[in-house]
Amino acid sequence: MSESKILVEVKDLHKSFGPLKVMDGLDFTLSQGENVAILGQSGTGKSVLLKVIIGLLDPDEGEVALWGRPIAELDEVELNSLRRKMGMVFQSGALFDSMTVYENLAFPLVETGVTDEEAISAVVRERLEWVNLAGAEDKYPSELSGGMRKRVALARTLAADPELILYDEPTTGLDPLTSRKISSMIHDIDERVKSTSIVVTHDLACARKVADRWCYLSGGKILADGTPDELFESDNQEVRGFLRDISVNPTTDSQAGPGASGTISSGKGS
Amino acid sequence: MKIFLTSVGNFGIFSGSVFTRISRKKVRFGELIRQMYRVGVDSLSVVDLCALFIGLVLVLQTSSLLARFGAEGQVATIVGAAFVREIGPVFAAIMFAGRVGTGVAAEIGSMVVTEQVDAYRAFGLDPVAKLALPRVIAMTVMLPALTAISCLVGITGGYLLAYSETGVLAAVYLDKALAAVTPVDVLGCLSKGTIFGLLIGLIATYSGFSTPKTTEGVGEATTRSMVNSVLVVLVADLILTKFFMLIG
Ligand SMILES: Nc1ncnc2c1ncn2[C@@H]1O[C@H](COP(=O)(O)OP(=O)(O)O)[C@@H](O)[C@H]1O
Ligand SMILES: [Mg+2]
Repeated sequence: MSESKILVEVKDLHKSFGPLKVMDGLDFTLSQGENVAILGQSGTGKSVLLKVIIGLLDPDEGEVALWGRPIAELDEVELNSLRRKMGMVFQSGALFDSMTVYENLAFPLVETGVTDEEAISAVVRERLEWVNLAGAEDKYPSELSGGMRKRVALARTLAADPELILYDEPTTGLDPLTSRKISSMIHDIDERVKSTSIVVTHDLACARKVADRWCYLSGGKILADGTPDELFESDNQEVRGFLRDISVNPTTDSQAGPGASGTISSGKGS
Repeated sequence: MKIFLTSVGNFGIFSGSVFTRISRKKVRFGELIRQMYRVGVDSLSVVDLCALFIGLVLVLQTSSLLARFGAEGQVATIVGAAFVREIGPVFAAIMFAGRVGTGVAAEIGSMVVTEQVDAYRAFGLDPVAKLALPRVIAMTVMLPALTAISCLVGITGGYLLAYSETGVLAAVYLDKALAAVTPVDVLGCLSKGTIFGLLIGLIATYSGFSTPKTTEGVGEATTRSMVNSVLVVLVADLILTKFFMLIG
């Protein structure tokens, strides 16, 4: 297997919700070992892109290939086995609130047929140590703080040993200190398990820490794709404006960023 | 009208998808037992309490009516037949829809809103098989059992009131109540319980899965589950009653 094996290839992706066009001919390629950050204002479709990649949403048009296999040609069983090579850390955490932290982490293992209790317990304990939550096994998600929930969500995704990890805004809604800790954790994890990752964020500190390639998403396309420095030097007014604005005032929600209107133009109903 | 037909269509597709998973043997035994236990524990007391009071009030009403014809002795006949044919299955189903159905709709609905259902799919798991199927089967199996118990409770409750009013002996009362019930009545009672349980299970899980991802979403889903369940149960009851009259 060569270093440049392509794990994700999205070609000419179109996706609309009613009159709202979210993806408009987007192309995106991700090779094994890459850690990419997807930047962009709120509501530009960053989460939609992740959900299309992991198969939670179907594209209207265009092609998504995972590990070189176009998903449109796969049946449900094949698709599910590909999904097990991927993990997604949801923006909300999406922890199972009827289960303890331990059960949340054990869940992907139990459901994929691991029956050895000791092996499960070892994995759960190790993953919790990775995210500095050893000892939280018996707590329920409702007893955890926002930052702890994000870390449990991270640990649960890691329990299944994914090769490709998708993170949806891992630091949004957290205080700066916790954000920094989570960013370091993601960085350490990428180092430790040599995972390929896509991190959706509008936290530049996080993007710097976890990714060496940045993509800027706007108007349903990747408007800029390159190293952080290349993006700061981009010819595109909007890209530079966004990065400047967000680095000057990182606490501002990116909704208020430059050119917030006009990127998605077609009839935003609500 | 178009919206109505679309949602009926989607409900049909959903129900079909639940059935195909049964045939693929995708249900875990442990989870099924857990759901059956929960369904039973959740609803046993409300269903029985409801049956008890209906039994009491039914005897109160009928005995005063029957007294006018000098037929107080026939109270047990009426209570027995009424409970097994209609009141038992229908009221158990309504209480069940209110207690268990709405609970399931709210549970799945909040899992949809908080992306837990998406998390199932992201792990390569099938939410219909994992979440809907064990609940639907548990509800289908448990409602007839609850219905049978509620008939017994209602008829017994009726006896307590009949005894205090007229001093009728238990043996006489029960004898009359049982004589009024034919094997076809019992079959009808249990079939109604099973079919209502299946319908409520499908409606509740469907309502849960189609929860809109908004703050009011879960509330809407539970209300829809309750209203649709009761309507569908009443329509089904009419059809089944006619059917069992024809074969009886
Ligand atoms: N399932 C859906 N149904 C309808 N509209 C959706 C859905 N998912 C996302 N959208 C819309 O698509 C747009 C992009 O959403 P999203 O990808 O969540 O943005 P973000 O870049 O902030 O993650 C938003 O306007 C959102 O309202
Ligand atoms: Mg998002």
